[in-house]
Amino acid sequence: MPASTPRRIVVTGLGVTSPVGGDVPTTWEALLAGRSGVRRLEQEWAADLPVQIAGQAAVEPTEIIDRVKARRLDRTSQFALVAATEAWADAGLADAEGLDPERLGVAFASGIGGVTTLLANHDTLKEKGPRRVSPLAVPMLMPNAPAATVSLHLGARAFASTPVSACASGNEAISLGLDQLRLGRADVVVCGGTEAAIHPLNIAAFANMMALSKTASGPDGGDPTTVSRPWDTGRDGFVLGEGAGCVVLETEEHALARGARIYATVLGAGVTADAHDIAQPDPEGRGGTRAIKRAIAEGDVDPATVAHVNAHATSTPQGDIAEGLMLHAVLGSHATDVVVTSTKSMTGHLLGGAGALEAVATVLALHHRVSPPTINLDDQDPAVELDIAIKARDLPQGDIVALNNSFGFGGANVAVAFGSV
Amino acid sequence: MATTEEIRTDLAEIVNEVAGVDADDVQLDKSFVDDLEVDSLSMVEVVVAAEEKFGVSIPDDEVKNLKTVGDAVAYIERASA
Repeated sequence: MPASTPRRIVVTGLGVTSPVGGDVPTTWEALLAGRSGVRRLEQEWAADLPVQIAGQAAVEPTEIIDRVKARRLDRTSQFALVAATEAWADAGLADAEGLDPERLGVAFASGIGGVTTLLANHDTLKEKGPRRVSPLAVPMLMPNAPAATVSLHLGARAFASTPVSACASGNEAISLGLDQLRLGRADVVVCGGTEAAIHPLNIAAFANMMALSKTASGPDGGDPTTVSRPWDTGRDGFVLGEGAGCVVLETEEHALARGARIYATVLGAGVTADAHDIAQPDPEGRGGTRAIKRAIAEGDVDPATVAHVNAHATSTPQGDIAEGLMLHAVLGSHATDVVVTSTKSMTGHLLGGAGALEAVATVLALHHRVSPPTINLDDQDPAVELDIAIKARDLPQGDIVALNNSFGFGGANVAVAFGSV
Repeated sequence: MATTEEIRTDLAEIVNEVAGVDADDVQLDKSFVDDLEVDSLSMVEVVVAAEEKFGVSIPDDEVKNLKTVGDAVAYIERASA
């Protein structure tokens, strides 16, 4: 490593399409207001499923993307394109001059990839034969299609990468973007995560592994908006969501030179592996603890300045407890001073899109100095000693740090530390 | 038996659906690649949709000979004769 001061990396643009809003302003407003985007699945195919609720995108991407372009893109890539286009414009880059395409990178992740395209073409193969399988199936379903779509759209030629780590993918894309910028391989990296996995096969599979909540899905119904309830004693699994989040990362030098608005700095990232179980989290959260510690150490962060955590907390019995243990292991007695939230209580779990959507929420929390609430927390699990915001809560002034945590099947742990400006 | 114009109209609808080309631009003298900007993957989609619509078979070896809309219409007329 060069002995010179490492490059400072900043966030200059945000984009999102989520179950609570089709863009950043509507999503942020809904999150602060505590509005859930979880609804009953009205599709015919949902009738026989053990789980019949999900956080479906508030705005169909095909309402935004040109019809001919949209039909060549899997829904994951459609979401990615919507979020990246918003972030790009938000960063003031849509009409920037003199950008070097070879210094512009894309790191866009998905947990599962173009699974609905894969399954639809498999149906076609079975029902109509091989001749009818779409010639676009491969470029639509490949896991790097969202990154490639964004790269093509923006003319980004430095790289178009796709880190895949299940539900940590979106956050790992941000970590990768940070690395590439620090290594001097780009000036700007469009980072994000996307997922479009609301399909009977995925729902059946997640339900059969006892990961999804089956509450409010039976014939008696119930209120879907109360099912995602991180840290509440009544939690019994996550709710599937869909959508994408995107953050534009940039070297501070590049951002200042073009007079860009800076939302926050990216102080550090930690990426670790549990090597414990393919699906279960380490009950003591050791891998996650190491990831958070590394993010803090890399950013030279005084733990006492950590003021906010956007937790992974998916509303599963084990995972939510483990994350509390991690924060205590890293922050000690300061852990209970930190305002913690899980926006998944409103959006459901976007899998590979989660870390990116939540990065947008984390950055906005720093920017506006307010934490979105965790809804449905009626009876906090006594095993979780954290100060969880149940209403939108002000964050302190001065230099503060916020953490965004993501954990994924396969034992993937990613934490990113953002600093206020 | 469909007329040449009827085949052209149906084909134009397919090209519009697949590639977003204005159906009125899909005239017999137009080249799929040079005039209508139908790329190779979209051309495969057009061919498969045409096979279904007109009940004909258009082998892959034949597709490269279908340079213009007129070529395609003529092939469909012959194949369905």
